[in-house]
Amino acid sequence: MYPKSLPYLLLLPAAVFLCLFFLYPFGLVAWQAFVNDSGQFTSDFFVEMSSHWKFNTAFTNTLLLALAVVPFQICLALYMATLVNGMKRGRDLILYVWTIPLGISDLAAGIIWLAIFDQTGFLNSAMQGLGFIDQPMSLLGYQSKGTIFLAILVAEVWRATAIVLVILVAGMGLIPKEYYEAAEVFGAGRWKRFTKITLPMLKPSLQTAMILRIIMAFEVFAVVVALGGTNLPVLMGEIYTWQFDLQDANVAAAYAMVILAISIACTLLIMWGLRTPKGARV
Amino acid sequence: MAEIKIKQVAKQYGNTHALHSIDMTVADEEFLVLLGASGCGKTTLLRIVAGLETATTGEVWIGDKRVDQLAPKDRGIAMVFQNYAVFPHLTVFENIAFGLRMSKVDQAEIDRRVEKTATLMHIEGLLKRYSGQLSGGQRQRVAVARALATEPEVLLMDEPLSNLDALLRMEMRAELKSVLAESKTTTIYVTHDQVEAMSMADRIAIMNGGKIVQASSAVEVYRNPAAHFVASFIGNPPMNFLSAENAGDGWWNVNGVKIKGPNSSSKTLKFAIRPEDIVVHGPSGNGSAANDDSLSAGVRILEPLGSHLLASCKVDDQLFRIVLDSDAKVSPGDTLQWSPQPDRVRWFDPESELAIN
Repeated sequence: MYPKSLPYLLLLPAAVFLCLFFLYPFGLVAWQAFVNDSGQFTSDFFVEMSSHWKFNTAFTNTLLLALAVVPFQICLALYMATLVNGMKRGRDLILYVWTIPLGISDLAAGIIWLAIFDQTGFLNSAMQGLGFIDQPMSLLGYQSKGTIFLAILVAEVWRATAIVLVILVAGMGLIPKEYYEAAEVFGAGRWKRFTKITLPMLKPSLQTAMILRIIMAFEVFAVVVALGGTNLPVLMGEIYTWQFDLQDANVAAAYAMVILAISIACTLLIMWGLRTPKGARV
Repeated sequence: MAEIKIKQVAKQYGNTHALHSIDMTVADEEFLVLLGASGCGKTTLLRIVAGLETATTGEVWIGDKRVDQLAPKDRGIAMVFQNYAVFPHLTVFENIAFGLRMSKVDQAEIDRRVEKTATLMHIEGLLKRYSGQLSGGQRQRVAVARALATEPEVLLMDEPLSNLDALLRMEMRAELKSVLAESKTTTIYVTHDQVEAMSMADRIAIMNGGKIVQASSAVEVYRNPAAHFVASFIGNPPMNFLSAENAGDGWWNVNGVKIKGPNSSSKTLKFAIRPEDIVVHGPSGNGSAANDDSLSAGVRILEPLGSHLLASCKVDDQLFRIVLDSDAKVSPGDTLQWSPQPDRVRWFDPESELAIN
């Protein structure tokens, strides 16, 4: 037997670490966003933030990116996970290959895709070589916001689908085979087995994957900078601009609060949307 | 309603033969039990009939339709799984309705059939619950109700009672038997529990090493085991075996005593008798006084089981069990004089292990 305090003692180092390096700075940022230099509570910084002409654009861009990337990634990862789980041989090899992008930092990923989409990049030389175009096109210029958006979308899908895949593959592996057999015997074809068994029983994993991805999606930054520079403002980019270029930590903190708020809102929404009915176990 | 025909079905995993060319017919409305120890291939055979596994060779017919190339859903079967496989994310109602929804039965009919089967299985009060809120026995009932709701031609059951405790199992056994008799479904039921098999089956197919050793009624497999394996597997305790030497003219020498047996040219046979088919002579027994034809058995262990007293003895250095009356005055170390009931003696060939008539 061990003393009752032991579990708490063992948790203490991690708790102290988190308080010191997570909760404390977080408190500081919140303080910066709401309290001015003379120590008074104020909403000035939020007003300043939202009245700036780039705020709406950044907000919309971030939201649109998240809305375009995350659902697509979830569907893609579901499909990939189904393929992987159905494999008899080479399953691990395929999984390793598909998860390689996980090991690449987002800035590096951005640069890789810049090398493809750039005016002197692989895509242009390939198209020119094949005779589709006469001279290289500027795909990522300030006039072509649509292509920038698409390029970011592609890069993000390439970079961050693997994390969803890993979570879903693990979750699918936990569903007992007997449920599929029962469904099969009682008349469910492939698609019905997927919608009636896999999806509902995968809810906990889907929840985790979606929350993780949506939070990451709102923090999209390096890929956007690499591919779009300042042509496609996003919330995280604005934090950087206000903090370092405009030297206004208070407005940067206000931006951070906005990202936090939409992250929390989306997390709650996902948790509510994918809740299991009371009494049901998955 | 349908008859199931299994024709030369074999299953191989690599070099392992899980099933050796099985031939069997299950009559319409028959309740057939596949009985055998774990690893004998009984579940594999059931899963081949269900379509969850593919036979390496052979054919499966249900009614007049060859089904071995069809998907499980096109075979007109329903199945009850060992771990029930009651979907945890659906209510009891939706679980029972699952098969009906898949075949696009209209809502009114679904309501009617779920109601009917739930009442039949005594779970009509649980329809709104989830599987996590049910006991093992209730989950079992849901699994059976789900299978019956589809009104299948063939019902396949894979050790459905093995996860229940002993008392519940006995209760469910009797209940299942009456429910299935009423539903008139052709049933294949897999179990390793011989009491379950004998109490429920119209016919028992005993499997060993991927083969069906004997397929007969409960009384027949008990009285006339077709092979040494059946004799040593069926019955609790199983049959006693003693080696017998040919003494000519159909007489066999068992532990120094001559017993009338089959006419055979082989040198030795196995003499077999059930522990309860033994007449014990003298004061501790139920028979007359010992005579020249009685054999002796040294009592080793006594197990008072209430309804009877089970004596584990040694005859000719071989384990030999005798069922005695509960009141018999015997103690370990005693020697019992006994003779077999002549009409209950069975003989087995030690080479082929088959019964000799």
